[in-house]
Amino acid sequence: MSSIEPRLACKPADYKSNVNPIWCPGCGDYHVLMSFTRAFAQLGLAPENTVVVSGIGCSSRIPAYTNCYGFHGVHGRSLALATGLKVSRPDLTVVVASGDGDGYSIGGNHFLHACRRNIDMTYVVMDNRVYGMTKGQPSPTTEPDFDTALSPGGTGLSPFHPLVIALASGANFVARAFSGEPNETANILVEAIKHPGFSFVEILSPCVTFRPDERDWKSQVHPAPVGPTSDPAKAARRIMTDDGFNIGILYRGARAPYRPKIANATVDLAELEKDFEL
Amino acid sequence: MSKAPPITNVSDLMAIAYQIEADAVQRYTVLAEQMETHNNPELVKVFRDLARAEGLHAEEIRKLAGDEDIAQRAEALRGWSRGDSPEEVDLGAAHYLMTPWHALQLSLVGEKRALDFFTSIVETTKDPKVKEMASEFVEEEAEHVNLVYRLLRKYPKPSDSWSDDPDTPLAQG
Repeated sequence: MSSIEPRLACKPADYKSNVNPIWCPGCGDYHVLMSFTRAFAQLGLAPENTVVVSGIGCSSRIPAYTNCYGFHGVHGRSLALATGLKVSRPDLTVVVASGDGDGYSIGGNHFLHACRRNIDMTYVVMDNRVYGMTKGQPSPTTEPDFDTALSPGGTGLSPFHPLVIALASGANFVARAFSGEPNETANILVEAIKHPGFSFVEILSPCVTFRPDERDWKSQVHPAPVGPTSDPAKAARRIMTDDGFNIGILYRGARAPYRPKIANATVDLAELEKDFEL
Repeated sequence: MSKAPPITNVSDLMAIAYQIEADAVQRYTVLAEQMETHNNPELVKVFRDLARAEGLHAEEIRKLAGDEDIAQRAEALRGWSRGDSPEEVDLGAAHYLMTPWHALQLSLVGEKRALDFFTSIVETTKDPKVKEMASEFVEEEAEHVNLVYRLLRKYPKPSDSWSDDPDTPLAQG
């Protein structure tokens, strides 16, 4: 999070743009948007110093619905964009939004290295275990027996385990939230944004159109039985053995975030342009 | 849903009552916008009307509070408990083909939860002023529950095929 002093009295509605979301009614991403605006208000973030970066997919539409700066980038590259932004403008608060397809498939490699670099930003993945925008293909987190016309008999593949991979790769903060609990999710986002380094928050966000079974998540989620640990091995063991529905902050590390050795860019734009002269 | 926080004074009670109504306005507005996007004009009207009604209740409470800025006090109290506030309808229950009957069912759940919420305050508070005001809120919420029941007479339960879509998005799945 940037060190800029919060402005006074921004309400959640102040962070919402006047663009109406076009998600399907019942989509968990509506709640996630609500959690974003509540978290930003709770932190008193100045919209002009806050950036929401995304890739492609239903969840990645979220920058348009917030009133901060936004960058709706290309598929799977949100973390690459955000990394460049945060390194060059460390004064900004950078929140990256993605989905399980965008973030774990085409963007999977960026995910590993963003965790490893531990740059001070927050990565939020709205996981619905399906590609919703392109009509229901299995994603990296889809269960192996998800049987549809597009994946007859299921993929037979073990799902990706993002929280454990984040821990193994060096993320400094790992949490799981559920979109249907927007206040609790907002509180987790507040902690994630405040925590130095790379914070990863997986939000279980049902796709009611292509995964109507996920409406049941509401009755399956439960608070994590123990508080967060600072031991990544312990956190990984807990996550590997839980039922996938433990909600809360699961790991808080103390690794120093990456900061570039040169604090401020010293190259003049005109000088840079010379390098590109034909 | 959240349990009643320990309310020790009338100002906190009014702030929470205000927040409950304000949260309901927000949810109904989101639902109205969803239905606008998905071309369900009948539902747009129902949700806008519900948002307007909740907004009027919020305004009444704000007037009752006089000069005190209860909106700000309410915001400070927002973290009082885990979960939704009582009248926040479940956005996850929305469907693009839902009918006014479904909308009113959602509203009924919210109103009943608000009724239970204020009833629990009446039953547990030791402060006579808080008890008196919470009792008034109980009366109002009971009226709202009755109002939703009356509206439901106008909108009977739809047939089981209400969600049938000849061009279902699940066609590929």
